[in-house]
Amino acid sequence: MNLADALALPFFQRAVLAGLAIAIMSGVLGVFVVQRRLSFLGDGLAHAAFGGMGIGAFVIVTTGLIGSSVALLKHPLWIALPFSVMAALAIAALRKRTRLSSDTAIGVAFAVSVALGVMFFSLIPPDVNLGLSVMDLLFGSILGVRQSDLIVILAVAAVAVLALLAGWGRLAYATFDDELARGDGVRTEALELALFLVAAVVIAVSATVVGIVLMAAYLVIPAAGARLVARTLAQMTALSVLIGVASTLVGLGLSFYLDVPSGATIVLTQAVMFVPAAVFGARR
Amino acid sequence: MTDAAPLQQGGAVCVRLSGVTVRFGDFEVLKGVSFDLPAGASLAVVGPNGAGKSTLVKVILGLVTPLEGTVAVFGERPGTNPGRIGYVPQLKTFDRTFPATALELVATGLRREWPGRVHADEREHALVALRRVGAEQLATRPLARLSGGELQRAYLARAFVRRPELVLLDEPATGVDYLAERDIYDLLEEYQADSGAGVVMVTHDLTAARYHADRVLVLNRTARGFGLPEDVLCDECLEDAFGHKHHGHGPRV
Repeated sequence: MNLADALALPFFQRAVLAGLAIAIMSGVLGVFVVQRRLSFLGDGLAHAAFGGMGIGAFVIVTTGLIGSSVALLKHPLWIALPFSVMAALAIAALRKRTRLSSDTAIGVAFAVSVALGVMFFSLIPPDVNLGLSVMDLLFGSILGVRQSDLIVILAVAAVAVLALLAGWGRLAYATFDDELARGDGVRTEALELALFLVAAVVIAVSATVVGIVLMAAYLVIPAAGARLVARTLAQMTALSVLIGVASTLVGLGLSFYLDVPSGATIVLTQAVMFVPAAVFGARR
Repeated sequence: MTDAAPLQQGGAVCVRLSGVTVRFGDFEVLKGVSFDLPAGASLAVVGPNGAGKSTLVKVILGLVTPLEGTVAVFGERPGTNPGRIGYVPQLKTFDRTFPATALELVATGLRREWPGRVHADEREHALVALRRVGAEQLATRPLARLSGGELQRAYLARAFVRRPELVLLDEPATGVDYLAERDIYDLLEEYQADSGAGVVMVTHDLTAARYHADRVLVLNRTARGFGLPEDVLCDECLEDAFGHKHHGHGPRV
């Protein structure tokens, strides 16, 4: 079977579409995550999604929703999503109301979420078939994206990208210098909260489908690579999306030919693209 | 000590503070500060570290809300008309890893948000402002590669590009060499003479306050003196504000 044959397969098409949607929204979001030194936020919120999925899985098993005929109803994402949003709000509140720095606030949410996830997954009887495993949540299975997952990812990607582009100028201004932006009437606190909420939704939805590790990579590596060669933030945003999209297509293609895990191949492809950016960027 | 009560001024007032008190937690940063700055006049705010000078600028900008007292900028609440104010912050505030050019920074003065793309008309205005401060050649240079003096010129161009009626500067000469410092004050005076704008600048340089300002506010949480430079920058007043004598450091007045 060659790549053209693989592209005709529905599961491969879904993987490509899901990967591209995640690459585009993470590419735009990642620029602000990297420039605001919030790279750990991606990890923290992805692990918050893991905790939320644990609670969600426990709830749908104990309430009997797992037997529902509606596919979306028995998906723990509907509990993981608000859980991640609450984690984002908690991180924002910890940053604002205490003297804790971002990484410390995120570290607290990170540890508590993983503990909750492990705890609730352990309470589910082993004979229950959830349709997802802890390993899938951690390391992902982009080739296992279902039709219902794809619809959710495409819808979230459309809304997230539109929201980020609509607020791009103000977000960029506040990222450059919060005080200068506030002096010009930009509501920087509200913008940061909105950024955290968009990040929570994007990361929760993506991490539950492609895994925590791949999601964190999508959020940081393309934007970091773009930062090394871009002269302006607009260039950085475009390059970040481009690296994400290219690494998705090349990574999926390579994983097919080499018969190796797709998520890991995408991350390694991003890393390979990062190296010339680092070398070229260092020389400039 | 010079009387801290507002001077009686005729004509329009661009900044009016009445009994302004600011607290951060239990710490009182400003207490009962009052003054009127006539439209078109320049004010130098001097005082020791931690005197509340930068906080005072933030109060005028509308970034800090006083616990007590009132503030009016052009007769309105601070923050109401950001387009009428040009602000030059302290050099330390921005992230030097941010990918940006001087032209983009100046364009924020026009658009009040970060430009994804600088439009032709914005570019033209920005270049005029950069030319005015002698920095047109810096337009496409990354901000990270600018020296302190060059960066300060870019910030001045950003402040001037919107033709503000009030320019606020927080220690504009800190981190720049003597020649760049002299240029900054000359450019400021030139803009003021040309536009009739008011100026409020925080400075540690008492000589600059003496020679480049119409009024001086000596601050150490409370206003220790407000008035003409020759009246306020006296040994007695400075000793009261700084808590020690200023032998040879202050200007000859």
